[in-house]
Amino acid sequence: MLYALKIASRYLTASKAQTALLVVGVAVGVFLFIFMSALIGGLAEFIMSRTAGDMSHVTIEAQAEDPGQIATFPGLVLLAHDASSDAAELREALNLMPLIEVMPEVLAVSPQITGAGLLRRGTRVAQVSVVGLEPGRESAILNLAGYMVEGDAQLRSGVILLGRALALELGLELGQSVVLQSQDGIDATLTVTGLYQIGQGGPDRRMAYVSLSTARTLFAMPQGVSRIEIKLHDLYAADAVAPRIEALTGLPAESWTVNGAQLLEALNAQAQTGYFLKTFAMITIVIGVASALLLSTYRRRPEIGIMRAMGASRLFVVGVFVTQGALIGVMGGLLGAGVGYLALLPFPPRDAFRSGTLPMDITQGAYGLAITLTVIGAILASILPARSAARVDPVTAIGQ
Amino acid sequence: MSLLTVTNLVKTFGSGDTETRVLRGLDLTLEKGQMAALLGPSGSGKSTLLTILGTLMHPTSGGHDMLGVDLTTASDAALTTFRNLHIGFVFQFHNLLPDFTALENVVFPAAIREGRETAAARSRGADLLTRMGLAERIDFPSANLSGGQKQRVAVARALMNAPELVLADEPTGNLDRASALQVMELIGQINREEGTTFLISTHDEKIAATCARQIVVGDGVVSG
Repeated sequence: MLYALKIASRYLTASKAQTALLVVGVAVGVFLFIFMSALIGGLAEFIMSRTAGDMSHVTIEAQAEDPGQIATFPGLVLLAHDASSDAAELREALNLMPLIEVMPEVLAVSPQITGAGLLRRGTRVAQVSVVGLEPGRESAILNLAGYMVEGDAQLRSGVILLGRALALELGLELGQSVVLQSQDGIDATLTVTGLYQIGQGGPDRRMAYVSLSTARTLFAMPQGVSRIEIKLHDLYAADAVAPRIEALTGLPAESWTVNGAQLLEALNAQAQTGYFLKTFAMITIVIGVASALLLSTYRRRPEIGIMRAMGASRLFVVGVFVTQGALIGVMGGLLGAGVGYLALLPFPPRDAFRSGTLPMDITQGAYGLAITLTVIGAILASILPARSAARVDPVTAIGQ
Repeated sequence: MSLLTVTNLVKTFGSGDTETRVLRGLDLTLEKGQMAALLGPSGSGKSTLLTILGTLMHPTSGGHDMLGVDLTTASDAALTTFRNLHIGFVFQFHNLLPDFTALENVVFPAAIREGRETAAARSRGADLLTRMGLAERIDFPSANLSGGQKQRVAVARALMNAPELVLADEPTGNLDRASALQVMELIGQINREEGTTFLISTHDEKIAATCARQIVVGDGVVSG
């Protein structure tokens, strides 16, 4: 096949303009493939970091106990209700946390106490969901530190972090005090030490973050927690990991996909779109190479006839044209991948994606895959012209 | 000692009303080392005979034997290899590969056989071109050579694998008188020195006169 390679190379260099056009055509297809890979991959990364990336992948949540049944009468049931302990509690959770933390799939664990509350600042009142976080784990699940626009995300006793939108509603500024009243009727005066802006109405207007110790006081929960949020290295492993955590701890663990099916569906649909676009780019490459080589086959029929007359086998002729296809694939693939990489360089890296810009992820360009598929596609595309060349009748061809 | 024998060779083209019988039971024997001219009017079947003898086409019926090998029943792959090793071709319009140099064209049959251009093949190719008076044109692109030079390159190519038989179809038909005689002189020299058998199809009786044997084909059979 060494000699077939020489002839194939000579044919390509003999028609430099035609070869250049063909290689550029293939390179454009490869560029599109890489561009789409980087865009679809980057977009998925961006969406995930803005949604599932900031949420718990597996959640252990205390189940509210059914109220005790005191007595039943015909048409009437009498239930016991303890108004002082509305919040459901995981009493032994903190002892089980080390078991979860050592699991290789687990990235971070955040014990939380959650509940409802009212924020009062003078005459202004706002209803909020209160989340008590352990100091040092403020950004374990939601990257609070990354969303801070004023102050910092460090929680300690007596401080509160609010969304900037909520602070504006209440006329609050950094360093000012606000009264938080829990659903259990317990008041705490807290100092605003940080304002964040996630960009979503709910968290920015209706959430308040305090330290776990502050939350214990507010919700009268001296030992346990309301929930444990767990972040995994691979969020798609949540369905497999959740039952294992449940078996390990005996606590009900729920994967994010239970309530995030729509997000998963949207991401899958987006990935499918990417596959379609990339497939069409590959089809374009195959058609381009096949048509150019078919034309070359027709143009070189007399030469093919001479080769056959000189004792070149049909396999050799096939080899010449398949090698041409492979060379075009390699050159077009490398050129397209190189240009694709250079074109993606100006885009910000995945860690610095900003809203309003194209989230192109240069690391997801799938360069190797693009080159490999292009070479395979070009070889497949050359098989039809090569077979056609091998069938050339030397007598007829030489007579042309 | 015979090199090849064809017996009762028949070749028809088309079928039914359009059937044309070009060879009608042709018999021919060529001796080793013979230099023969194939004469006959247009349409007499000369080119068809050369094509069949060159294993580029199967006869409709009849026997075709060369070097003791029955070529009528051989597969396409076997014929391809046989052709590469034992038969050389010279065409009227030289039919060189235009994107290759003179030497690359000459070396082609050996490179096909070896799978690459060996140093030995290049050396023999250069020797052949030198014998053809083309020592200065070895690395010239074949497209830049004159008609006579191209035809001499084609002769050198036909001799590359030292074949037992060289089939030449009007090798001088496209050349001026001086070039034609020069080519024929070279062919005669190779025939005398290497004992290569030549069968040369020609319309030119002066060219035919340079050959030791004249075979006349008429109406699909050897008529003289």
